[in-house]
Amino acid sequence: MRHIISILMENESGALSRVAGLFSARGYNIESLNVAPTEDETLSRMTIVTRGSEEVIEQIIKQLNKLVDVVKVVDLSEGRHIEREMMLVKVKAEGSWREEMKRMADIFRGRIIDVSDSTYTIELTGNVSKLDAFLEALDKTAILETVRTGASGIGRDDRILRV
Amino acid sequence: MEITGAEIVVRCLQEEGVEVVFGYPGGAVLNIYDEIYKQDKFQHVLVRHEQGAVHAADGYARASGRVGVALVTSGPGATNAVTGIATAYMDSIPMVVITGQVPTAAIGLDAFQEVDTVGITRPCVKHNFLVSDVKDLATTIKKAFYIAASGRPGPVVVDIPKDVTINKADFDYPAQVSMRSYNPVTKGHTGQIKRAVQMILGAKRPMIYTGGGVILSNAAEALTGLVKLLGFPCTSTLMGLGGYPANDSQFLGMLGMHGTFEANMAVQHSDVLIAIGARFDDRVIGNPEHFFQEDRKIIHIDIDPASIAKRVKVDVPIVGNVHDVLEEMVKLIQASHEKPDANALKTWWTQIELWRSRDCLKYDRDAEFIKPQFVLEKLYEITDGNAYVSSDVGQHQMWAAQFYKFDKPRRWINSGGLGTMGFGLPAAMGAQFIDRDATVACVTGEGSIQMNIQELATCKQYNLPLKIILLNNGYLGMVRQWQEFFYGNRYSESTMEFLPDFVKLAESYGHVGMRIDKPGDVEAALKQAFSPEMKDRLVFMDFRTDPTENVYPMVPSGKGLSEMLLV
Repeated sequence: MRHIISILMENESGALSRVAGLFSARGYNIESLNVAPTEDETLSRMTIVTRGSEEVIEQIIKQLNKLVDVVKVVDLSEGRHIEREMMLVKVKAEGSWREEMKRMADIFRGRIIDVSDSTYTIELTGNVSKLDAFLEALDKTAILETVRTGASGIGRDDRILRV
Repeated sequence: MEITGAEIVVRCLQEEGVEVVFGYPGGAVLNIYDEIYKQDKFQHVLVRHEQGAVHAADGYARASGRVGVALVTSGPGATNAVTGIATAYMDSIPMVVITGQVPTAAIGLDAFQEVDTVGITRPCVKHNFLVSDVKDLATTIKKAFYIAASGRPGPVVVDIPKDVTINKADFDYPAQVSMRSYNPVTKGHTGQIKRAVQMILGAKRPMIYTGGGVILSNAAEALTGLVKLLGFPCTSTLMGLGGYPANDSQFLGMLGMHGTFEANMAVQHSDVLIAIGARFDDRVIGNPEHFFQEDRKIIHIDIDPASIAKRVKVDVPIVGNVHDVLEEMVKLIQASHEKPDANALKTWWTQIELWRSRDCLKYDRDAEFIKPQFVLEKLYEITDGNAYVSSDVGQHQMWAAQFYKFDKPRRWINSGGLGTMGFGLPAAMGAQFIDRDATVACVTGEGSIQMNIQELATCKQYNLPLKIILLNNGYLGMVRQWQEFFYGNRYSESTMEFLPDFVKLAESYGHVGMRIDKPGDVEAALKQAFSPEMKDRLVFMDFRTDPTENVYPMVPSGKGLSEMLLV
């Protein structure tokens, strides 16, 4: 099962490597991981997308909680939550592709944020499957480069993760 | 008044009440050593290899319950310390290891004796710190001691760049620290404890299985109280020996790969298994699938939530300090109107006694060669069961665990989790520093002892009168045993075709050496070694033992607990 785990941790050097090291040392899988400081600059918020059986996920949560730099951990997939990922895609925009790519970006509510004679750079935000669907919909030969942030997540309603 | 980082380090150790620091100087820690030179509140012990320093601090911690302290330099000093740190980590031993580091400005530039100590030790520490500002130094060391000793204990590394030891700051040692990200649970959940007690009182075939957590939380007395109150059988892991008196009839001996027949059978066939400060590791339960062929309820008490449900599913998890949980349990049981089912227990004990009558630890007492088991039995008798016994890793370790009946906690000092050869001698040194008059024996093999033999010099320098019991069978015995059982007698690289003359070796370090070849000489040699006239001498006893003796019982790798190989 796919799980999206949110971690609030001390914004200290080495904290990321503790989490990443834990996953590699114990053979847990990381589908995506992102991290950035929060409004309180002493804290970082990390989102990890992982897969595993219920037992493995339980161990992951426990092991994360054991890390001294980790303040709080929540498995967002346990309740209602919102998930978003941002992707930048550079595509060919020459000849007939120039119109086609703009149309595709519009259909997926993406924005073209950089234009050259031969390329567009499209910014697209959504859940992971939407981004996958966009890439699926494009002609593979038109894709020059993709960059994805990995999923970020937040609980719905009053599910709040903070100190 | 501002003082240097080096002085802060020394003052912090003094404030923590540290009595002994095991270490080895080098470039990055010269300032700290200069401050050590100027003080006399704690003793510094100069070992002969950094691994020895960390094992000695570890042995000191295991035998005393206090936080062990080691001090090493950067680069190779730190990497040599890693085996010791990993050893302590696997057995949850409280320890603070201070490592020197190259100056802050040189970090990352491949400076002389630079290594990423925080990176290298990260997977084998409870936590580690790189101190980049002298103003943070005192608080960091306070945190290190707090983290090392609280919750599930473990080693903490504090990496201090050389410039931080020169820079100055005001010294103010905090009386306590709190960390929002670190709040270990100690008190067990009352509702869960009640559920556990209900289950315990309803058991027909109960079994108590204890581990290192009993020792670490100083719960031996509480455990004994509980076991006596219930009249249940109990067993212990390698790490928990001494947590319950081994001579008591309710104790079935150690369980696991080289556990007794009765302990393993009783665990396998129990209907309620009460795990106390133990973690169901692979050497203990054998093949998990086989373990679960029998239907039983499991109660698991552990201070580390991650230890619960890691390898086995449990019915009643209790997260908390073993000592406190056991005391609460005893109170609840005493207050309860229900009593354990006496008839069921009687039937269960009859079965257990039948298993016990198999006498699984028997060995040939009329053999021509010295049997290692015999040496350990005699060691136990001659020391009245009162010695601190450290061991290395291999056959001798298992025999010591089987044949030295530990009645008290913190007397058995061995590397259980990591299985570190070379642990025994330095760990024994550490234990001797707690009580210079205590009897400390190191049970070892000719493979293990050579892995930190250099520490014989440290023993001489500090007059540590250890008694080294070398069970010399000329083989890496446990490797040879596996090769005999599972690799068609192909003894690949498990024979030491050259060994030093250990008697002369011991003598060259200024100690007493003895060589014992015949079974008839074992007792007299041990008596002499432990006699008052040898009280102040390290005696190195080279027992030439039966080269083909194996450790029994044995649960072969991948087999179940009831599938033991027996003599």
